[in-house]
Amino acid sequence: MAYRRSRTIRSGWIAFASTLIVVGVLAALVMTSEGWPRFRKTFLKWDYGWEVFPQILDGLWLNVRLMVVCEIAILILALTVAWVRTLRGPVYFPLRAAATVYTDVFRGLPLILVLFMLGFGMPTLRIGWLPSSPLFWGCTALVLTYGAYVSEVFRSGIESVHPSQRAAARSLGLSHGKTMRHVVVPQAVRRVFPPLLNDMVALQKDTGLISVLGVIYDAVLRAQIATSQTYNYTPYVVAGVLFVLITIPLTRLTDYISRRQGWIGGGTV
Amino acid sequence: MTSLSKDPAHPGAADEPLLRVTGLRKSYGSSVVLRDLHLEVGRHRCVTLIGASGSGKSTLLRCVNLLEEVDDGQIFLDGKDITDPRVDPDEIRSRVGIVFQSFNLFPHMKVLDNITLAPRKVHGVPKDQAEAEAMELLARVGLRDKATARPDSLSGGQQQRVAIVRALVNKPVLMLFDEVTSALDPELVGEVLAMIKDLKSDGMTMLVATHEMGFARQVSDAVVFLSEGSVAETGPPEQVLGSPQDPRTQQFLRRIIEAGRL
Ligand SMILES: Nc1ncnc2c1ncn2[C@@H]1O[C@H](COP(=O)(O)OP(=O)(O)OP(=O)(O)O)[C@@H](O)[C@H]1O
Ligand SMILES: [Mg+2]
Repeated sequence: MAYRRSRTIRSGWIAFASTLIVVGVLAALVMTSEGWPRFRKTFLKWDYGWEVFPQILDGLWLNVRLMVVCEIAILILALTVAWVRTLRGPVYFPLRAAATVYTDVFRGLPLILVLFMLGFGMPTLRIGWLPSSPLFWGCTALVLTYGAYVSEVFRSGIESVHPSQRAAARSLGLSHGKTMRHVVVPQAVRRVFPPLLNDMVALQKDTGLISVLGVIYDAVLRAQIATSQTYNYTPYVVAGVLFVLITIPLTRLTDYISRRQGWIGGGTV
Repeated sequence: MTSLSKDPAHPGAADEPLLRVTGLRKSYGSSVVLRDLHLEVGRHRCVTLIGASGSGKSTLLRCVNLLEEVDDGQIFLDGKDITDPRVDPDEIRSRVGIVFQSFNLFPHMKVLDNITLAPRKVHGVPKDQAEAEAMELLARVGLRDKATARPDSLSGGQQQRVAIVRALVNKPVLMLFDEVTSALDPELVGEVLAMIKDLKSDGMTMLVATHEMGFARQVSDAVVFLSEGSVAETGPPEQVLGSPQDPRTQQFLRRIIEAGRL
């Protein structure tokens, strides 16, 4: 008992010491480099960073809200598309084809192009009943692009559920729809939880791309504006650090939840 | 004590067997799995299907439960042709129970939810009532304390008994068993077979694919020997298993005896 504890303490010390050495060597390498003083002035000007911090934080709050709204829309769209692609029978051919074309197109298009096309293109069309706000179209671009990826994640999850599960549900008299809803999709979602989470973290970052539309004052655009006024890049660093700071707990939290629910590891069937 | 099966209503003619299969054909691509298959199961009868691996036992059971589309032939349940495209397959499936070799419980649901899923979602039984009925059946088979357990925390024998209960809460008129003990450790086979025997004495009609010759001999009213997708021999168990007439049956049984399973 005591032996085991002393061993744990010892490995703790070893890990600490080796981390210290690695970090020290890297820091020394960077800080002794020729361009370090200049780098420090343009990227790590702490007082300036502190000055722009409130605006960027404010922008980040917009990113977080965008992420939540888009994520919900993405999950609904993606699940619907994945579902449509499981429908069998000739009646559903047009729907299935539309879903397939959609995933093919939007998985292939770079997000930035979709953002430009929708964000700048749609409002100029001046179709009366369509919203013309760049915020709306920016979100639509994110939803359409991510929806295509996430629908493939769902589809792979649905296909990974063994056909015998479907047979068991159908044999009890459940229709295709009820089988999907109560038996297949719940198992599929649990299985694809880690990749789904991954896409969610990626989306969190990519909400920053909306700044290219130039009128949505999120963290990246705020940083861009602050940078353009002083030619000092510290605001970008601040924004970057903030993005990292919110995605890390997100990852840990969902890891924790899924582990507690037994969703990852220990596969069944 | 409550009965595991309710005596089914008899809308069909009194002399009509509950299940009658005529001229059934089924192929996957170019391989013909069932060819011109005829079979009858009378009310309250237990018919066992035996035959080598690949002879089409599972396929036949899946066809009877409409999990497979048949190519030709008819399946009459209670005098009604269920291969008719106008019948609602979900309705038929909810009246014909099937239990599989690999249990196929839903791993994401508690035992109780596995059992009440079909009553609640297919038959619209209120939750309380569905759970009360499920608990009664679980108690009957000695699994009351497993109601809130996850399926994968149960032994194979327990899982299979839950799977049987799950099929029974639909109050099926016919039960199909597809080698339900093949995936079990030998010491767990008995508890599952005992449950099927109980069902038989409660008057359930069943079609049982099995490798358990002892079960076929003791419990079934008739044994059907399948060979390459059609019935090679059929009759009372003592006749088919004791003095088989068809050379294919003789050969099959000889192999089983050599393997020490009779
Ligand atoms: N979905 C399928 N697609 C193609 N061939 C299939 C399919 N299902 C079954 N078969 C083939 O049909 C034949 C009969 O299979 P089936 O499972 O009905 O046999 P079985 O008598 O139940 O055998 P076992 O004792 O091994 O369970 C086999 O040759 C099998 O390869
Ligand atoms: Mg089989």
